[in-house]
Amino acid sequence: MSTTEDTGAEVDDEVVEPDPDAVSITVNGRSVTARRGDLVIAAAERAGDYIPRFCYHPRMSSVGMCRQCLVEIDTGRGPMLQPSCMVTVSEGMVVDTESETTKRAQEGILELLLANHPLDCPVCDKGGECPLQDQAFSHGPGESRYVEEKRHYEKPIPISDLVYLDRERCILCDRCTRFADEVAGDALIHFIDRGNATQVNTFPDEPFSSYFSGNTVQICPVGALTAKPYRFKARPWDLEQVESTCTSCSVGCRISVHSSRDRLLRFQGVDDEAVNWGWLCDRGRFNFESVHADRRLAEPLIRSAEGLVPTDWSSALSITADLIRSAVDGGGPGSVAVLGGARGTNEDALAWSALADALGVESRDARLGDGLGLDLLDLPRATIADLASASTVVLMAPDLKEELPVLHLRLRDAALRSGTRVIEFTQSGSGLTRHAWRSIRHLPGTGASAVAEALADAEVAAQLASGPVVVVAGRQNLAESAEALSDRVGAVLAAAPEAGVLPVLRRGNTMGALAAGLHGPRDAADILREAAEGRIDLLILLGSDPLADFPDSRLARTALARVGRIVSLDGHLCASSEQADVVLPVAVMGEKSGTTTNLEGRVTPVSQKVTVHGTARPDWMIALDLASRLGVDLGVADLGDLTARVTADDRGVWSVPTGVEPAHFESVVGTNYDFRLVLSRRLYDAAVSTQCSPSLEGLAGGRGLSVHPSDLERIGVASGDDVKVIGPRGSVVLPPGCRTASAPTRPVRSDCSRPSPTASNSSSKRTSSPSAPIGWSSSWRRSSPSCRPS
Amino acid sequence: MSRFSAENLTLAREIVSRYPRPKSAVIPLLHLAQEQEGWISEEAMREIAELVGVTPAEVRGTGTFYEMFHFEPIGRYLLNICGTMSCALMGAGELMHAAEEELGVRAGGTTDDGLITLHGAECQAACTEAPCLQVNYRYRFRVTPDGVRQLIADLRSGALSDEIPPHGTLATVRQHIPSDRAVGAVDPDVDTAPPAWIPVTVEGASS
Amino acid sequence: MTVETYPWAPGFVAGDRPRIVTSRFEHEDSHTLERYMATGGYEGLRAALAKPAAEVHEQVRGSTLLGRGGAGFPAGVKWGLTPEGVYPRYLVVNGDESEPGTYKDRLLMERDPHQLIEGCLIACYAAGLSRCFLYIRGEMALAQERVATALNEAYAAGLVGRDILGSGFGVDIVLHWGAGAYVVGEETALIESLEGNRGMPRLKPPFFPAAIGLYGKPTIVNNVETLSNLPFIAANGAEAYTAIGTETSPGTRMVAVSGHVRRPGVYEIVNGTTTFRDLLYGEEFCGGIRDGNELKAFVPGGGSAPWFLPDQLDLPFEGRQVGAAGSMLGSGAIMVMDSTTDIPAAALTLTRFYAHESCGKCVPCREGGTWLMRVLERVVAGEGTTDDLDLLLEVGQSICPGDMPHASSEALGLEATPFPYKMTTICFVGPSAYVPVHSALTLFRSEFEERVAPSRSRTRIPVVAVGGGQ
Repeated sequence: MSTTEDTGAEVDDEVVEPDPDAVSITVNGRSVTARRGDLVIAAAERAGDYIPRFCYHPRMSSVGMCRQCLVEIDTGRGPMLQPSCMVTVSEGMVVDTESETTKRAQEGILELLLANHPLDCPVCDKGGECPLQDQAFSHGPGESRYVEEKRHYEKPIPISDLVYLDRERCILCDRCTRFADEVAGDALIHFIDRGNATQVNTFPDEPFSSYFSGNTVQICPVGALTAKPYRFKARPWDLEQVESTCTSCSVGCRISVHSSRDRLLRFQGVDDEAVNWGWLCDRGRFNFESVHADRRLAEPLIRSAEGLVPTDWSSALSITADLIRSAVDGGGPGSVAVLGGARGTNEDALAWSALADALGVESRDARLGDGLGLDLLDLPRATIADLASASTVVLMAPDLKEELPVLHLRLRDAALRSGTRVIEFTQSGSGLTRHAWRSIRHLPGTGASAVAEALADAEVAAQLASGPVVVVAGRQNLAESAEALSDRVGAVLAAAPEAGVLPVLRRGNTMGALAAGLHGPRDAADILREAAEGRIDLLILLGSDPLADFPDSRLARTALARVGRIVSLDGHLCASSEQADVVLPVAVMGEKSGTTTNLEGRVTPVSQKVTVHGTARPDWMIALDLASRLGVDLGVADLGDLTARVTADDRGVWSVPTGVEPAHFESVVGTNYDFRLVLSRRLYDAAVSTQCSPSLEGLAGGRGLSVHPSDLERIGVASGDDVKVIGPRGSVVLPPGCRTASAPTRPVRSDCSRPSPTASNSSSKRTSSPSAPIGWSSSWRRSSPSCRPS
Repeated sequence: MSRFSAENLTLAREIVSRYPRPKSAVIPLLHLAQEQEGWISEEAMREIAELVGVTPAEVRGTGTFYEMFHFEPIGRYLLNICGTMSCALMGAGELMHAAEEELGVRAGGTTDDGLITLHGAECQAACTEAPCLQVNYRYRFRVTPDGVRQLIADLRSGALSDEIPPHGTLATVRQHIPSDRAVGAVDPDVDTAPPAWIPVTVEGASS
Repeated sequence: MTVETYPWAPGFVAGDRPRIVTSRFEHEDSHTLERYMATGGYEGLRAALAKPAAEVHEQVRGSTLLGRGGAGFPAGVKWGLTPEGVYPRYLVVNGDESEPGTYKDRLLMERDPHQLIEGCLIACYAAGLSRCFLYIRGEMALAQERVATALNEAYAAGLVGRDILGSGFGVDIVLHWGAGAYVVGEETALIESLEGNRGMPRLKPPFFPAAIGLYGKPTIVNNVETLSNLPFIAANGAEAYTAIGTETSPGTRMVAVSGHVRRPGVYEIVNGTTTFRDLLYGEEFCGGIRDGNELKAFVPGGGSAPWFLPDQLDLPFEGRQVGAAGSMLGSGAIMVMDSTTDIPAAALTLTRFYAHESCGKCVPCREGGTWLMRVLERVVAGEGTTDDLDLLLEVGQSICPGDMPHASSEALGLEATPFPYKMTTICFVGPSAYVPVHSALTLFRSEFEERVAPSRSRTRIPVVAVGGGQ
C-alpha cells in the first residue's frame, strides 16, 4: 500500500553542519534537531514520529482544520494539546506524540471524522490507499458509538469533465479547495453552507474546469474526489508502480506510473523539490490513455497501390535502409533530412543523431519552427529552483499556464509567497498577469521598444539590481520570429548580466534532442523550404508531424508533397505519417526506458511500465538496426551505451553544445493590416496524446480567435458570426470567441481581415494603426480519425 | 435575471471603494442584492463576483455561510421567532406553535400567498424582553401567543407595511461618506507610512 | 432605591448608581448629535487631540479598562501589542453581539451611537489606527440605522473623516453589516468576515490580530461597550474612571439579567463589587425570582459559561473569583432558571444554539456539537438510555479533554473545578456546545436519569468497512 502524497516531508536528509537555524527539541523523550520555522508535524516526522493528519499538506498553508494532528506540546508552560501543523518549533520545546492525552484526543477526532463517513470502503476507489482508512486503523478507537443517521448527499456528482465528488465521503479537510484557490488560482470549488451542513461544491453551471483539477484527486485524503479515467478501474493493491518522468511538456514533472494487468491506469505526481512539488497538470496526468488508443500503430506500414499496408519489420527496415542508401548515394547526404526527436528519450535522439553523423546527414532539427534559437540555449541556464527564489523574474514567454502548466504553478507560488517580482512582457495577457509586479503590454512587433522602455524605467532598473534575476524566454507569439526574442533577451541580459535564462520549450525532450545533436546548420524552416523546392529526396520524421506542428502549414504541405520519400517513426498515425512511404511503429512513454532532459537541462529517467503495443520498437533500436543494415558502426550496442553518452554536468544539466552567435534581428513593422496577430497555443490541442485520450479529447476547444468585443462591434460582427481572417500567407474562417479580456483596446479601422495560422516567422505582423490589439489562439485542431482506446 | 439597478450599481461601486481590498464588499453587496430582490439569485452572485474580482463560487461560499442570505425567493415578511435559552424559558415554544397554527406552515415554510416566511431563530439579543421575535429584523418584545396572532393579522392586512419594509431591506438609512470629507481607502501593501499624527522617532519607529 | 425605565430604551433599567456609558439613556433623543453635543459630546475627543497620541494611550492603559467582549483583556495593553513601526493599522469594532443572554452593545449603538463613534476616534488617535470598520450584527436593523445616521451627522459636522476638528488627525469609519453568524463575534472570524470570507476563526498563533489581522496588518478588535467608555476616560481622566469599581475591575459594566426573575433587564453596575445575590434579588436590580419561586440555577456569563447554583450567589460579579468558582463572566449576561425549569430541555436550547452556529472548521465542533445535540434531543424526548448520558460526557471529552470546570455544590458534596477547560478546537464555539451539557449533567444528573431508560446493551459499531454505498 503506498500513496505518493506527502512525500515532500520525508526527504531533506542533508548533512548536518553547524546551523544557526538549528533548533533543539525533544520528541517523545529523544532529542531532535529541527530547523527554525519547521512545523512540529514535519520535524517529528523527520525524526521518525509520524503524527496522523488529514488537512495538513506540506505544499500548502496550514489551516488546522481536521485537528487530527493534536499532540501535547510543552513550551515551558506545561503540556498543552496543540495542532502540530500550526506550531513551529522553538528551542527546548517538548513534544509528546504518544501521551495518553494525545492518544485520547486523536482517537476522539477519528471517531468524529468517521461519524458521518459512509464507510463504503469496499466500493471506494480509495480503499486500500486511504489515509482515513489507514489512520483509523493506526490511530483510531477501533469502534464507533455513533448510531444517529448519517448525512446524505446525492452520490458522486461530476464537478468537472474529469473529477467526481462524493460529498458523503468528504471530511471537509479543505485540501482540494485550498489547492484550487492557493496553488492553482482557480477558486472554482468552495465550501458552501455552514457547520454540520458544510459541503464542497462548485457554483451552479460553473464546473471545476481547472488545468490542475487532477491534483485534488491525488491529495484528497478520502475517496471523496475521484478521477473519471480511473474510477472503478483497479484496486490499489493490484497496482504496480514505477517512478518516471512526464514528457508531455518540457517541465519534466516527476511521476509515478501505475498499471495493472499490463495497462496504464493512472499517473500520480511525485514530490520533487527541484521540479514539480508533487503537482501535475491534467494533460500530463491523463494523457496516458493515448498509449492504449486505437490509433496506436501495431506494425510497420508501407505504401502500396492501396495506400499504407501492414508489413513485417524485416521488410520495412530493409526498405527503409534502401531508401536511405539510395538517397545518400543519389543526391548525397544533403538530400536527406531528419525532423523531430523531441518526443523521444535522450537515447532515441542520440542513436538517430549518431546515425545521421555516420551518414553525413546535416539537415536535422528537433524543433519545428516553434522552438528557440540555439543562441538562447547557450546562455547561462537558470533552474526552476533559481526561478522560485529569484528577486525578479522577467517573463517574455507564452502563457505558462497553457504551455508549461506546472512551471506556471511554481512561478505563481514564488510571486505570491516568496516575494518574487514578475516583470511580464505580454501581447495578450497571461495567467500570471494579475500577479505580475509589472505587466507590460505591447503590440506584436514592438517588443524591442517595449523592453527598452521598461529597462529605462528607474524602478525597473532598481528592481533588477536588487537580487537574482531569471529570464523566462519563449515564443509567446508564433507569428513572430525566434530571433526577435533573442534580441529582447539580450537586452535584458545587458541590463542584468548575472541573470540566468530559463528557455521555454514546448515539447518534452527538445532539450535532450538538441543536446544529442539533432540540430544542424539548417533549421526546420530551411529544411522544409528546401523540400518545397524539391531538393530533399528523403525526409525522416522522428515522431514529428510538420503538417500539424509547423506554424506555416502551407509551407509544410508543399514540402511534404514535393519531397521524394518520407519515412515516419511514430506511435500513432498522424497527418504527416499518413503521407509517408514507410511508417515504423515506435514505443511511446510508458513502454520504454531511458532518460529525458527537461527545460533546465536536468536529466531524469523514464521507465517502462507496460509491454510495448503490438510490435512497436523504441526509436533508438530502429536506428541501431538501420545502422547495421547500412553497414555503419555507431559505437553503441545497447541502451546502456547510449545512456552513458548523456553527459550531465555536476548540476545534473546536459547542455546543448552550439557555440552559435546571437542572431540580430531588424524589427519589421508593416503597415498593411488593421490588426496584429498573436499566435499562441492552448493546453488542450490537437496533440495526438490529447486527441487519443478519451478523457481529454473533449476538452480541446479547437482553434479559435480572440478579438476584443469593442473591435468586433466596430467592424459589425454579430455574436455567432464567423470571421474570415486574411494574412499574407492565407486565410482562415473562425468563430470569434470574445474573451472579455481586460485588454485595453482602442478603435481600429474596418475590415477584420488578417493573418492566418500560416504566419511565417519573419515578420507577418503589420498594422495600419499603432493600436489595433487582437488576440489569436489557435489550437490546430484537425479532423482526425476517431481514437478510442482498444 | 436580476442585475443591480443603475442606482444600486453606483452604490455598489461606492461601497467597494470604501475597502482597501474589494472582496471585503461581498457581504455588503449581497445585502444590497437582497434588498433589491428580496433574495439572492445566481445572477446576482455572478455580478457581485465581477464587481469585486473573485469567482462566483467564492461569493456563494461566503454568502451561504451566513444565516440572513436567502438563495431562493422567500416571503415579503420573514418572521423570526427566537428559541434560545432566555426566550425558551419564557415561552418561545408557545409562540412558535401559535405562529405555525395561524400561518398554516411549519417553521421554515412560507405561506401560500408568499407573504410570510416563518423561521425558528437563534438568540436575537433581546433576552430580557423574552420571548421576542423579529419581522424583517424589526423587534417585537415580550410577545404573547395572542400578540403573534395579532401581528400576523396586521401583516396580512397591510397595517404594518409603512413601518416594516419588505424582506431584504435592513437599515432604511445608509451611510454616506462625502467625498470631500473622506480619507479614502488605500492599498495596505502600498501605503505603509505611519499616520500623520503619529510622530516618527529617530529610529523610524513610531512612539 | 430608585428604579427607572424608559420606553425608548426597552430592557434598560436605570438605578441609583454611577453611569458611564448609559448616561444619556434618559433622553429620548440620546442618539442625535444635537443631544450628544448638549451633554458633553466629543469633549473627550477634543481633550485627546490636545495631547500627543502616546499620552492618550497611556491614559487608557492607566484606566485598566477591561475588554467587554468576553475575554476581559485590558484595552490599553491590547493596543500596545501591535508590532512597532508596522502600518497601516486598523480598528475593527466588534458590534456582532450574539452570545445567548447578552445584549448591551445593541442598546449602546441604538441609544448612544455618537459615544461609540467618539470612542472609535479616540482609539484610532491613540493607537495610530488609520481606518476603522464598524461591524454591526446583521439582525440589528435599528442599530445600523442609528449608527449610519450618526456617522452621516458626524461626517457633515467634520467630526469624522479628513482633518477632524482641524487637528490634522483624520480617519474614516466604515459601517459594515454582518449577515447572521454567531461565530463572527470571535475576533479572528470577524476579520475573516470583514475580508469578505466565510467567518471561520483563524488559528492563533500566529494570527493574533494585533500583529497580523485585517489584510494581514496589525488590527485592534474592540468591543462596542469597551470603546463607549473611552469618551468618559478621555474627558475625565483615568483617575475618575478607576475611582469607580475595584482595582482589578474598574469602572462600570453592563449586565443583562434574563430568565425567571421579576425584573429582567440590562443594568449598568459598578464593576467588581456587585454580587449575584444583589443582581438577582436586590430591589434596585431584578427584585427576586418570579412568582416567588426558588432559584434552581443560573448561567453567570452568557450561554457559554458553566452554570452556577444558589451556592454561588454571594460571589461578586468579578472575573477572577467567578473563574476560581468554575465559570466565567464572558460578555456580561445572566440567565436565571427557577425551580420550574426543565433542566435537560434548557441545556438543549444552548447546545442546539452552538451546534447550529458551528462554522464547520474544526471537526470536534462540527461533528461533536451536532452529535451532542442529537443525543440530548433523544434524552429530552424520553427516548434515551443511561448509556446516552455517559455518551454525552464521552463525546464531550473529545471536544474538551480532561477536567471540565464546574461549580461546587454542598448538597452534592461537589468541589469546584476552576475555569478554564482544555479544548481540541480553535475557538470556544465547540466547547460551548458541551458546557451546558456538562453543567446540567454534573449538577442535575438525577433529572436526566428520571427520563431515560436503563442501559441497553451498548451499541458499538466497528469502524472498519461495513459495506453500503451504491
